[in-house]
Amino acid sequence: MNTSAKTRKAIAPSPDDAMALYRTMVLVREVEQALSTLFANGEVPGFIHLSLGQEAISAGVTSALQPQDSLATTHRGHGHVLARGMAVGGFFKEIMGRAGGLCKGRGGSMHVADLSLGILGANGIVGAGIPIALGSAVAHATRKSGGVAVAFFGDGAMAEGVLHESMNMASLWKSPLLFVCENNGWSEFSPTSRQFAAKLEALAGAFGIDYERVDGNDAIAVAKAAQAATQALREGRGPFVLECITDRVRGHFEGDPQKYRDPAEIEGLAAKDPLARMRTGLEGQGVAAAEIESVREQVRAEIQSAIEAARADALPAFEDAVADVYTPAKQGAAA
Amino acid sequence: MSSTTEVREMRYMQAVARALHDSLEADPTVMVLGEDIAAAGGSFKATRGLLDTFGPQRVLDTPISESSIVSAAVGAALTGMRPVVEIMFMDFITLAMDALVNQAAKARFMFGGQGSVPMVLRTPHGGGLSAGPQHSQCLEAWLAHVPGLKVVVPSSPQDAYSLLRAAIADPDPVIVVEHKGLYAQKGPVEPVVGRLGEARIVRPGRDLTLVSYGATVATCVKAAEVLAGEGVEAEVIDLRSIQPWDRATVLASLARTHRAVVVHEAVTAFGVGAEIAATLSHEGFDDLDAPVLRVGAPFMPVPFASSLEKGYAVNVDTVLAAARETCN
Repeated sequence: MNTSAKTRKAIAPSPDDAMALYRTMVLVREVEQALSTLFANGEVPGFIHLSLGQEAISAGVTSALQPQDSLATTHRGHGHVLARGMAVGGFFKEIMGRAGGLCKGRGGSMHVADLSLGILGANGIVGAGIPIALGSAVAHATRKSGGVAVAFFGDGAMAEGVLHESMNMASLWKSPLLFVCENNGWSEFSPTSRQFAAKLEALAGAFGIDYERVDGNDAIAVAKAAQAATQALREGRGPFVLECITDRVRGHFEGDPQKYRDPAEIEGLAAKDPLARMRTGLEGQGVAAAEIESVREQVRAEIQSAIEAARADALPAFEDAVADVYTPAKQGAAA
Repeated sequence: MSSTTEVREMRYMQAVARALHDSLEADPTVMVLGEDIAAAGGSFKATRGLLDTFGPQRVLDTPISESSIVSAAVGAALTGMRPVVEIMFMDFITLAMDALVNQAAKARFMFGGQGSVPMVLRTPHGGGLSAGPQHSQCLEAWLAHVPGLKVVVPSSPQDAYSLLRAAIADPDPVIVVEHKGLYAQKGPVEPVVGRLGEARIVRPGRDLTLVSYGATVATCVKAAEVLAGEGVEAEVIDLRSIQPWDRATVLASLARTHRAVVVHEAVTAFGVGAEIAATLSHEGFDDLDAPVLRVGAPFMPVPFASSLEKGYAVNVDTVLAAARETCN
């Protein structure tokens, strides 16, 4: 079943690649920590769902993608979109509800999207991005774009019917679709062990889909696995399921007191921090501590300037929003 | 089947197939997908012949997975295609409501107008075939209630062609609601692309406006013929599109006739007729000589037995009763 393991050994990231992964992880980490503070200060309205502690998956999977590829993600999707290259400025303006937001302040955290990067949106409905990514994969195949689509989903979505339907269709059609499950052990407020009776590996096997499980807190392992999987997809070998085992450091949503969780479990997560692990690895490869630290400083400066720009940006105009429910008549008509 | 510009007599289902054929031929990004639509040619044969002409990548048989196939259409539309998905019976859109309501309808708006979702969902509604409570419903009002969706209901072979072509060319998600009872109907079809949102005056009249769409347009025409014998000239308007609907044409008709009855096969309560009646009562208040009446189905599921379904369905007599009431 697991044909990727052999090809994977040939790909070893250089220190430059590892540094690029680290930079992406730092970006995601620092953005989400800033969001946490902004949320606590009342500068971010609504609900946000943070992926702190899951940065290795965002960085690793997107490192395997090419410009023509696409992805659909979840309510916990900041990491995926930032790692794919979403502009930090437009991202903060969106989540802070400003006119210059990538989605003009109409979607917010749960709907960040950038179609020019193939980001087909975060999603407020658990599992809903999976069949959207399937359709995107079908489009890649039909258009012969050479692209692949990625469906990010959490373990909570394993109980959603659309996952099962999409696995079935992707397998029947040999669609270039990479299923990436971020298994952090929690389905919203319940342990997944009480929510899902099967195992994802067995489910993939039942549909005849290649499967690999990786340590989702090890960015290099994720990157290698994603590289091998996307290579298989591009060769027309059909879909692939990549299950990344990770941890949810924060609550289901920001502000969730997590009374359903053992505090000792949360405290223990610090030892598994994917960023600390990556940093140790880089130091082991001989990268200077100052160089590693300078990445963080650069990222922080970029974020700070994005936040300041968002604070200064105008609020969205209601008239613009209400006029844009449908495509204006002069745009978009085809034969 | 080849594309021509000549007017040909054909059945409604053939007009659908021809519109799909001509769209597939005109635009390489158009694809058709659904349950049993390719090899089997569709439950109602509206996709017959397309697989042979355009191949399995653009004419795609799907498993029975309504939710994911409609969502997949959204994803394909966001990735450069113009998918046309068939849902075998309108009752089955219940399984695809996340795809339609949360995804297709909102993507353009909630992504800040970065792109559109140029997809079409074709599905037949309507009773009269003893198909029972889960294969007969008219649920178009649900969809017309969702900002971001467009809903058209062709009542003739010509409109089955023209409106479907227009829907496929449209940049936004369009639901094309066909009628099972109309598939065999014959009529002339000129292969022209129509315009969404334009009603058609089927029969002019000065005394009363009958507003309808879909299969009950013909019921209204028959009622108008009976009324003509009584000296009442009813104008019959086929809305063709219910989201958006052609307020200007209906209000202009009301300004001439001063009386209106809205007729549809769907349940009356909270329906399309309620929206139109409310608009006429407000915007057309000064023109009205009588309250706007609605004719539709009673508030009950569509029953199975022919005798029960006969009692359920809108017919010429129920339209006549409302027309006479509003003229008194």
